[in-house]
Amino acid sequence: MSLTTNPRPTEAPARTRTTDQGRPKQSLRDKYGDRAFNIGATAVLLLSILAVVYPLYFIVIASISDPNAVYEGKVWLFPSGVTTEGYERIFADSRIWNGLGNTVIYTVLGTAISVSTILCGAYALSRKDMPGRKILMLLFVITMFFDGGLITKYLVVRDLGMLDTVWAVVLPGAVGVWNLIIARSFFEHTIPNELREAAQMDGATDFTFFFKMVLPLSKPLIMLMIMVHVVAQWNSFFDALIFLNDDSKYPLQLVLRNILIQSDVSSTGTTGGDIASYAAAQRIAELTKYAMIVVSSLPLMIALPFMQKHFTKGAMIGAVK
Amino acid sequence: MSRTIPAKRGRPAAAPLPQRKNSLSLRLKRISRAWQLYVLLTPAIIYILVFKYWPMYGVQIAFKNYNPVDGFTESPWVGLTHFIRFVNSYQFGQVVGNTLWIAVLGLLIAFPIPIILALLVNQLQSERFKKFTQTVLYSPAFISTVVVVGIMFVVLSPRSGLVNNAIQLGGGEPIFFMGSAEWFRPIYVISDVWQNAGFSMIVYLAALAAIDPALHDAAKVDGASKLQRIRHIDLPGIMPVVTILFILAIGNLLNVGFEKALLMQTPLNLSTSEIIQTYVYHAGLQQAQFSYSAAIGLFNSLLNLALLLVFNTIARRANQATLW
Repeated sequence: MSLTTNPRPTEAPARTRTTDQGRPKQSLRDKYGDRAFNIGATAVLLLSILAVVYPLYFIVIASISDPNAVYEGKVWLFPSGVTTEGYERIFADSRIWNGLGNTVIYTVLGTAISVSTILCGAYALSRKDMPGRKILMLLFVITMFFDGGLITKYLVVRDLGMLDTVWAVVLPGAVGVWNLIIARSFFEHTIPNELREAAQMDGATDFTFFFKMVLPLSKPLIMLMIMVHVVAQWNSFFDALIFLNDDSKYPLQLVLRNILIQSDVSSTGTTGGDIASYAAAQRIAELTKYAMIVVSSLPLMIALPFMQKHFTKGAMIGAVK
Repeated sequence: MSRTIPAKRGRPAAAPLPQRKNSLSLRLKRISRAWQLYVLLTPAIIYILVFKYWPMYGVQIAFKNYNPVDGFTESPWVGLTHFIRFVNSYQFGQVVGNTLWIAVLGLLIAFPIPIILALLVNQLQSERFKKFTQTVLYSPAFISTVVVVGIMFVVLSPRSGLVNNAIQLGGGEPIFFMGSAEWFRPIYVISDVWQNAGFSMIVYLAALAAIDPALHDAAKVDGASKLQRIRHIDLPGIMPVVTILFILAIGNLLNVGFEKALLMQTPLNLSTSEIIQTYVYHAGLQQAQFSYSAAIGLFNSLLNLALLLVFNTIARRANQATLW
């Protein structure tokens, strides 16, 4: 990689390009160059899109195809021998429903805790007139660079008596410092000081100002924070893996892990028999896995177009620091 | 404490005369006037004290023989015993090597790809195609790690997987991807790019959008080709963001992807897939060697911190954007 080390885009070297070479000739040549570049760029991007989409598309068609056809490699572009057995098995599987229920609870509770803590904390830290602000901020930033590690975190959660409770899933990761920083810079950039001073003249306390003025003005931030946490909590499995023993409390992702990756097919309705029926059972299990991938990813994929705008905005807040 | 309190603009001074002997009471007054802000901050402070600083305090068990009865503080000191045991263990070279391998591969391959994608997408003429490309490329970021690894297992399955079906169609022998040590790293990195490149691209696109279009217009007038404009306008324009993200990536070098590595582990690929953090998980939580594994975790954190400091200094020397 040859990355230029010039940090200032304003001194664009392109300006220094002399114009005394045959201008028309060059721009003509560049036109061809640009066209070649456009074709190349479009081709690369189309290939990337294909590389992202095809595996997902394949899983969707495999989930509704006859498992034998998939097994024999006959499914490439279209489903063959359409069946909904995979989905039927999923919907009959109580572990999935139970996991889904737990995930919904953890997601709602976790998001509520995280977002409210972050918004309140970030607002306080955004106030330049709060004595001790810098030291308090440092307290947060340090944790980005040094961390006590998995083992001591586990021991702390255990000492708090939170093992096997909802709290072990929603509390240990509740406040991400990165999100706190994003929220803080949002407040710093969008809430003008004059507004606060005017409100204070009218006798508004910090509480009233925060709840009545700041929050209503921060809807894009609130949306972003909610979505970031919903996605993270919906997709997380590791805290549940280490802190929960009771499988009736498992969130969906942990249930999925046990079925998809650990190949725990016990209750997908297959019991051992002769080899032929075992092989058939294997294929049904594969079919169920395809269907399971579809079902578990569908909610977020459907919500994606709606969320995209907010995430792009969030990336920009992050980029500006 | 001799920190000065930032002056407040447009607010009447609280005390009639900020005399020197009054400065303590003045400060107390300012603090007490901000009490509602401290109340707002309290939940977040409690959170980091309990879930960040308490575990940090507990890191001392890396130098102790932890037992649950004595807790963090009372357990007997053993010095560097656990570190020495780790360094001398036969897993040490393997585990550290594996960690560095996927970290460096990730940095060399997975870090530049989003930048290239962003530069290409940014050059697209059609706004609709631009948007479409963005949406499609970043959608895998919303799929959970569990499901991504689940997809690997089904798509790469030696008997019925898509990839092996294609290999057999081309006359090759099926490969047991998830069960072979030499395939772990390629699969790990490729899946990382597949899942995250599109999402990382967004930040660079935002930075590219902030570049003054007048620069491009001027360059066009001067006859600069697209490639030249990318090289001389776009790349320098996003360099500060690239540097900061690079330093952050270094700072997280040894932490990222631990969950995925754990999920991808099978008994057959352990020789390449066991990294420091998965080793900590196995030794610590599955075999309850708390002090030993806490020592390994601390080793990992310190190594990480050292890398971060080194690279931040390099960036500063090179006059680039830095974290601090």
